[in-house]
Amino acid sequence: MSSTDSTEIVKTDDSSLTSDLDKSLSDSISKKFSNVEIAYVKPDRIRVNVKKEEIIAVASFIRDELHFDHAESVGGVDYPEDKQIEVVYHLGSYTDPSLSKHILALATRAPREDVPRPGNDSTILPSLRDIFPSVSFHERECFEMLGVYFDGHPDNRRLLLPEDWADIPPLRKDFRIKGR
Amino acid sequence: MSSHVYPKEKEIFPGLQLEKVDDRIMTLNVGPQHPGSGHMRIILKVDGDYIVHCDPDPGYVHRGEEKMAEYRNYITNIPHLERPVIHDSCNILYPYCLGVEELLGLEVPERAKYIRVIAAELNRCVYTQYWLAIYGIFLGHSTMFMWPMGDRELVIDLLDKMTGARVTHAYFVPGGVRNDLPPNFEDVCLRQVNYFEKRLKEYADIFYDNPILISRTKDTGILSREDAIKLGTTGSVLRASGVDFDIRKKEPYDVYEELDFQTNVLKEGDSYARSKIPWLDMFESCRIIRDALKKMPKSGSVRVKLKPNPKGGDTEVYRRVESGRGSLGMHIISRGKPQPYRLKISVGSFRNLIAMPHLLTGEMLGNMPAVYWSLNYWPVEADR
Repeated sequence: MSSTDSTEIVKTDDSSLTSDLDKSLSDSISKKFSNVEIAYVKPDRIRVNVKKEEIIAVASFIRDELHFDHAESVGGVDYPEDKQIEVVYHLGSYTDPSLSKHILALATRAPREDVPRPGNDSTILPSLRDIFPSVSFHERECFEMLGVYFDGHPDNRRLLLPEDWADIPPLRKDFRIKGR
Repeated sequence: MSSHVYPKEKEIFPGLQLEKVDDRIMTLNVGPQHPGSGHMRIILKVDGDYIVHCDPDPGYVHRGEEKMAEYRNYITNIPHLERPVIHDSCNILYPYCLGVEELLGLEVPERAKYIRVIAAELNRCVYTQYWLAIYGIFLGHSTMFMWPMGDRELVIDLLDKMTGARVTHAYFVPGGVRNDLPPNFEDVCLRQVNYFEKRLKEYADIFYDNPILISRTKDTGILSREDAIKLGTTGSVLRASGVDFDIRKKEPYDVYEELDFQTNVLKEGDSYARSKIPWLDMFESCRIIRDALKKMPKSGSVRVKLKPNPKGGDTEVYRRVESGRGSLGMHIISRGKPQPYRLKISVGSFRNLIAMPHLLTGEMLGNMPAVYWSLNYWPVEADR
């Protein structure tokens, strides 16, 4: 009954499971933008990796042409070995019923500095707030948790952490929980 | 409502509303100790009775769930992940279990899928009753505080029999549920759910048809359909603004596809509609539970055996479910270790937070509790 082999995982990438809609969505993005990398196309899930210079153009295209209208989640991931911090926007659609199952993950990376000074170092990404107003609070959270400053966001302020937090952004991998 | 001193600004983003700067403006902190605000602070700027600026300040109950999850194995993550919303603990564990099952390639037994749906719907009722009780006391209706609190015990009793705990069940595990149902559970469940539904109908007489409630909530805090979509709200807030979106229907997980229920949608978008949707949803929950009890296989395995410390591959998943507060998604990144590399929890409360400054700006201060709690906001969940 149990099947915990790692070979099982590869099955989700099987192209036979993905629908035509998945393919046409990813094709239309890759046709329009040549530098964009389609990381995977799984059933109802697409992931697109873009350079930070291009993210505004790609996000506008996704909103206007592909009809994804809101952000479900914005999560930052720290990759110290690549010296980069990744921000993943999970976008969904309320207005287009054919897309209601779909989540489009739009990911971009910012340079990471070993000694972070949030807001004053090179870890800067353009904010998607003007394209998707729903990312507003998520980006604020990402700023304080990973130290990614969002250029164009008027509200890069503390949100969840204590006001007197003086340590490095806590979701970076070099922030260790005591005793672990 | 019609004679606002300061009309709502066209700009809908928080932090950017223009305010009239003169000596009439006063800053008012609602919370974090105020019993009504519930572990969060809302910084209001008021001009007389009108709110001219609203800045929600969550974070007083931030526990670092996402950071903690990076240090614990896929199984040992279960008990702490349900802490953000203990009244809805099955629903917050649901996307995690679905995601880990996808990572590990587990096939859940049929009976476990039905048990999960029943537990999730019972939990939705527990959460909504708690929320409704507080909505009652927010509006000064103490009977509406006591009725849902009392009737909630019926459902808690059922969950107690199922899981062994009144709240914080830790019942869902990747690959099924922790234990099978006790003997004779189906009959008890059916009886109690039927009685619970009868009680729910009585809420209309005392609360939802009450002219005082209607006068306090109707036409306050109107969220238009366009704004609800633009702001990315979810759950009852979205459905009260006329958008038909329920993950149980749109992206059915486990056995929701085979069960008979409908989505409740109202067009008004005011506090009254937002307070009514969760109540209507509880009727649907009762319907789902009855249907699931009928269709559930009467015997069989409820849990897949896992290897100790299972490892995920080098991949990522994003799974979401419909919780009591709307869409609840989990983004799990695995890098071949027994712990997740990163776990991002996207909760409905946090997503609905953005509607708060939008709705409260320009509203009267007296309407603040009615609008605030109608957003189905759970501070502890939003802070994670």
